[in-house]
Amino acid sequence: MSRYIARRAVIALLTLFVLATATFFLVKLLPGNPFLNDKVPPEIQQKQMEYYGLDKPVVIQYITYLKNLIQGDLGTSLKYIGRKVTDVIGESFPTSAVLGLIAIAFSQLCGLTFGILSAQFKNRWPDYLLMLIAIAGVALPSMVIGPLLRYAFGVRLQILPVSGWGSWQQVVLPAFVLSLSNLASTTRNMRASMLGVTTQDYIRTARSKGLPPGKIIMRHEFKNSMIPIVTNLGPTIATMIMGSFVVEQIFVIPGLGKHFVNAVNTLDYPLVMGITIFYGAFLVTMSLLVDIVYGLVDPRIRLS
Amino acid sequence: MNRFLPDDFEALPADSFDKEQIVRPPTTYLKDVWRNFKKRKTALVSLIILAVIVLMVIFGPMMTKYNYYSNDYGAVNQPPGGEHLFGTDTLGRDMWARVWVGGRVSLIIAILATIIPYAIGMVVGGISGYFGGKVDLVIMRLVDIMLGIPSMIYNILLMIVLGSGNILTLVIAFTITGWLSAARTTRGLVLQLKTREFVMASETLGASPGRIILRHLIPNTLGISVVGMTMTIPNIIFSEAFLSFIGLGVAPPNPSWGQLIKAASETFKNYPYQFTIPCACISITLLCFNLLGDGLRDALDPRLRT
Repeated sequence: MSRYIARRAVIALLTLFVLATATFFLVKLLPGNPFLNDKVPPEIQQKQMEYYGLDKPVVIQYITYLKNLIQGDLGTSLKYIGRKVTDVIGESFPTSAVLGLIAIAFSQLCGLTFGILSAQFKNRWPDYLLMLIAIAGVALPSMVIGPLLRYAFGVRLQILPVSGWGSWQQVVLPAFVLSLSNLASTTRNMRASMLGVTTQDYIRTARSKGLPPGKIIMRHEFKNSMIPIVTNLGPTIATMIMGSFVVEQIFVIPGLGKHFVNAVNTLDYPLVMGITIFYGAFLVTMSLLVDIVYGLVDPRIRLS
Repeated sequence: MNRFLPDDFEALPADSFDKEQIVRPPTTYLKDVWRNFKKRKTALVSLIILAVIVLMVIFGPMMTKYNYYSNDYGAVNQPPGGEHLFGTDTLGRDMWARVWVGGRVSLIIAILATIIPYAIGMVVGGISGYFGGKVDLVIMRLVDIMLGIPSMIYNILLMIVLGSGNILTLVIAFTITGWLSAARTTRGLVLQLKTREFVMASETLGASPGRIILRHLIPNTLGISVVGMTMTIPNIIFSEAFLSFIGLGVAPPNPSWGQLIKAASETFKNYPYQFTIPCACISITLLCFNLLGDGLRDALDPRLRT
């Protein structure tokens, strides 16, 4: 088990290192420099370059950058003068995390229930209805369904606020939009997984021993169907982060996703780099945790 | 109880010709796939709808005398119907032309950004799987490490560097990240295939590794790759729309479905048709490609049937 974890951890660290390196050199490839401005005299530009250490050779900059990274220093924002990237992240990430957690909880709860129901009623109308919902989740990306729901509930019906963050009413729509694609994929995966388990010998044994159907579903089918769902948690978190870029934009939520998109649009490179690395570290840690949990749950994985 | 006597039995004339007769007409692989594919009505309908969309994307812009880029400040935000079938946008540009030209851009990006990465991924995965050992270890570790981060993050970084704006940069960005999963899938399949007899036969006859990979191994993985590609196309359409939405997609004067949605989401309250029309196009396309993919998967690869 410890070897399994160690191997995963090494890959996780390498992943982060590659991301950090790629981010650094991609941003270095950009033409010009952030202080290029005709109105500013060259001496001052030179001073600015020196202040940010941009006058040194690229290799030295790279090493300084890695050193700072290891110490958890992600640099300073260009647009929010003097503000540290870590401060921006610390301020806005909790908002995104709350939104993401609610969305994940909702999508998993509904997705698992829908998947189980769908498998139980295979090829009958509840199955078709639920599969229709699952398909809708695929066909209606957040940038389509988001503005539509915002208009329907916020502008037409006026029962939910159109934007902002703070009250629970403001959470409902964005969390729902954010969870939709995940809900769809969880439903589909769970259905397929349940159907795969139903034909196993141990289910037939349980049934022949006279166990009540409810017990078979919950104790035997559900537990064994969860394995592919657990592995999918890493990618689920990733979709949530990507989704937050769009959803926070639509519903004007002051989360990290919105900051990231703003940073991209205002070419605030240190902020883009910092948030990218943060997301990378967060995701890598999460999938490492998922891998470890997975290894604990399923002995076949850690032994192979 | 009846007793059978030798007279009860009648010897039939031995007719070897009849035994060898083929009862059913011979089928080819493709015919078989088509027969299975036809069974799923949803997939068949999706294919027809997609064909219509492709035709509209090609010929739609020719059906109007307006082009997609000329402003007409005398006819701003015209509702659909009448002179402009889909209305006009906030700059008075004809929405009919913009929607179909936008679809052209979205679909061209999706198809190129699917085929090119898959071609690369299949070759890399083939090499990795066939040779094994150190080559395999290095390539697969690289793939693992790159796939540890969602490809969209790399895509965003690449689009910042390449500069948003045109089909080419988007295809390059999607290619750099897209070959990874194709390589992984192909490698897995090649590992299974390379122990089979036809590979051994080819090796015995002195075929070079390149020939075995390209002529024997990769063609045998094509079925599953085609399914993967059909599933990747809607992903790319979505990704393009996603990048457009956060301001990194196709640059504004040129339309794409994502670009149209982004532009219209700001004026949605007043001019809903500007938003709903491109949304309907993208949703229908995403839906049809997914259903088509499901149908193809069932037809091409019986093992994956659910």
